[in-house]
Amino acid sequence: MTRKQMRLTLIGSAGAVLAVALGLILFALNDQIVFFQSPTDITQNTIPDGQRIRLGGLVEEGSIVRSDNAQVEFRVTDMENVVQVTYKGILPDLFREGQGVVTEGIIGTNGIFVADSVLAKHDENYMPKEVAEALKDQGHWQGGEATAN
Amino acid sequence: MIIEFGHYALVLAFALTLVQSIIPFWGGITGNERLMAVASPVSVMLFILVLISFIVLTMAYLSSDFSVLNVVQNSHSAKPFLYKFTGVWGNHEGSMLLWVLILVFFGALVGFFGGNLPADLRALTLAVQGWVTAGFILFLLATSNPFQRVVNPPLEGADLNPILQDIGLAIHPPLLYVGYVGFSITFSFAVAALILGRTDAAWARWVRPWTLLAWCFLTLGIAMGSYWAYYELGWGGWWFWDPVENASFMPWLAGTALLHSAIVMEKREALKVWTILLAIFTFSLSLLGTFLVRSGVLTSVHAFATDPARGVFILGLLCIFIGGSLALYAWRAPMLKQGGLFAPISREGGLVLNNLFLTAACAAVFVGTLYPLVLDAITGETISVGAPFFNLTFGPLMIPLLMAVPFGPILSWKRGDLLAACQRLYVALGIALAMTLFTFWLWGMEKVLAPLGVGLGVWVMAGAVSEILTRVKLFEIGLKRGISRLWGLPGSAWGTAVAHFGVGVTVLGIVTASAFQEEHIQTMRPGDSVELSGYQVTFDGAAPRRGPNYTEEVGHFTIRKGGVVVSELDPSKRVYTARQMPTTEAGIYTTGFSQVYLSLGESRGDGAVDVRVYFKPMITLIWIGCVIMSIGAVFSMADRRLRVGAPKPSRKRTAAAAPAPAE
Repeated sequence: MTRKQMRLTLIGSAGAVLAVALGLILFALNDQIVFFQSPTDITQNTIPDGQRIRLGGLVEEGSIVRSDNAQVEFRVTDMENVVQVTYKGILPDLFREGQGVVTEGIIGTNGIFVADSVLAKHDENYMPKEVAEALKDQGHWQGGEATAN
Repeated sequence: MIIEFGHYALVLAFALTLVQSIIPFWGGITGNERLMAVASPVSVMLFILVLISFIVLTMAYLSSDFSVLNVVQNSHSAKPFLYKFTGVWGNHEGSMLLWVLILVFFGALVGFFGGNLPADLRALTLAVQGWVTAGFILFLLATSNPFQRVVNPPLEGADLNPILQDIGLAIHPPLLYVGYVGFSITFSFAVAALILGRTDAAWARWVRPWTLLAWCFLTLGIAMGSYWAYYELGWGGWWFWDPVENASFMPWLAGTALLHSAIVMEKREALKVWTILLAIFTFSLSLLGTFLVRSGVLTSVHAFATDPARGVFILGLLCIFIGGSLALYAWRAPMLKQGGLFAPISREGGLVLNNLFLTAACAAVFVGTLYPLVLDAITGETISVGAPFFNLTFGPLMIPLLMAVPFGPILSWKRGDLLAACQRLYVALGIALAMTLFTFWLWGMEKVLAPLGVGLGVWVMAGAVSEILTRVKLFEIGLKRGISRLWGLPGSAWGTAVAHFGVGVTVLGIVTASAFQEEHIQTMRPGDSVELSGYQVTFDGAAPRRGPNYTEEVGHFTIRKGGVVVSELDPSKRVYTARQMPTTEAGIYTTGFSQVYLSLGESRGDGAVDVRVYFKPMITLIWIGCVIMSIGAVFSMADRRLRVGAPKPSRKRTAAAAPAPAE
């Protein structure tokens, strides 16, 4: 192999790997990201069937209903609109009524949001940023800064 | 008074960093030996001053001195001793002080052991280290002063975030920081080389052990963080592709690439320019990680109190250091002499392949981590990039890399023979295929990818073993002589094999734990049982219990296998009194490499409680593999050729003798 060929092979293989990586990234960015929606977004817009979304808001007071087999139902509100959520599993430690929550899952045919993960964060003062912003949009935010510490 | 003393020591340290930044630098570029000689003693003094300041803060924590704001906000007099101590870095200010302490510690190490480096290289390296240190001490003093006093000291503090009240806090942050900050030395070396416009043999020999050291600690730090999250958060997951995790994973990927390209540079004088760029990237990613985690851009358990001023300050530092070093690189890198050429199929070729895949994977993680932040900043749209993205991008990039791992160390330098390498690896390939088929036979067609994953992990492990065996020709020269040759192998050969073996172990653990885990979520009443993977888990009842600074509801479970009691577990839900904050304590039974994992959910009032029960087959291999990787790094560092501060292996070669090939 000549010097030139060696160099070309090197550059060619580098280009190939990077092109594959770039392709994968673009494909995944198109397909695998999840948009954040507030209850109002969900009520106003139609979301394609089976599309994963993140729903965030406050857990409505008095809305938590637990049944056997660790099944939980609750409603998420942004003080304008409300979405019914069902979830099977252990809720995070800081999941409480009136507190901020982010859930991820898909909307079932009956309009009920089927969550497969529920996140409430690590700190009792903490309000998920998305939730704070969604509430601000609706004019119901009384807290301090957006990240609320 | 003592508190002000600590503060004063930090201010003095800042003044010293200015000395360290300017005088040796000036000496280095003008060739003035007396100015260059300033660097080493100053670096040691700097370490002593920051250490004093750190000790003062520690004393304030240990004595629960509530006249210090930082202690008030993060400590409590009833907190156990260990957490009073570890609480020093369980908050923003203290953790940044630890960061700086480690930074100056590394500087002092170079000052102390750098005697055999060319004087100008050492002086410039320490000067660059001084710039970084100056930036971060200024950050501490200006925006995050840990010694801030309170005018009216309260009687009691606000306690430490309960999730952090764990032995993990004693281990995870220091390990991770030594890893993160350790890359500052390679960065300083790289920048010094760019300023000098030359890389000599001594430079090449020095970069690798420092990279290895930092990499070793970073590996352990990430593994420890993963295990901590696994048992503390009660979700049973060990990696979430959370931005904070990615922040530590990106420097790891870049550092792993650096580690490998430094071999090529050291042995073959090739890839110099690339290695320097990687050194800059690796530390830049460490800085980026610090920024992401500490600035409050990401909200997580790692982001303590957030203050926009801090974020802007770190972002400024980030721009100066990354922008400055990359500009310097663009300007000076073309001056560096390019080294030897090599055929695509060769050891160098293999290492280049490794670098390609690792940097591509790092780029994928980078995009996935930063894209949501950038999108949010530009369009205000909130999205989340989660595990599916990373599985789809990172996964496919790792598979070819892992398949190639066993070939790399077997190929010879400059021009390798792929066919011969295959012949040496056929036993390893056979073992891997056998394991794949065995897993297929066990699980049938229900999981198609998992057996292939198992095969991949075994392939990497078997490849590492066969590399060592073929090196000593164990089967050709007889067992006795073979074993004595095993001892004679250089540390770096052992290091490669051991670390690669560890990679295989981790891969195996990841595949088995994700593909074959069994999970039950269920509401249980006392006397109820769950069956999973041959284990019977019985809930015996729950009772309240009182700890030093918390109360808890403890569930008692009995685990039986074939009717015989093998373990009793007490997972609990705690409420920490000072913050009224609940946490979950998982109950874990380890059997072989596998674990039964129990965590409690909400109790239902009538004695019933939600329980999550997992069986995680071979999950501990994930972390054991990481430990094995670090042991590999230690072997490699112990290599006589690389040992920090080791005397020269041969009498004739002097460190100053320029581009003589390293070995």
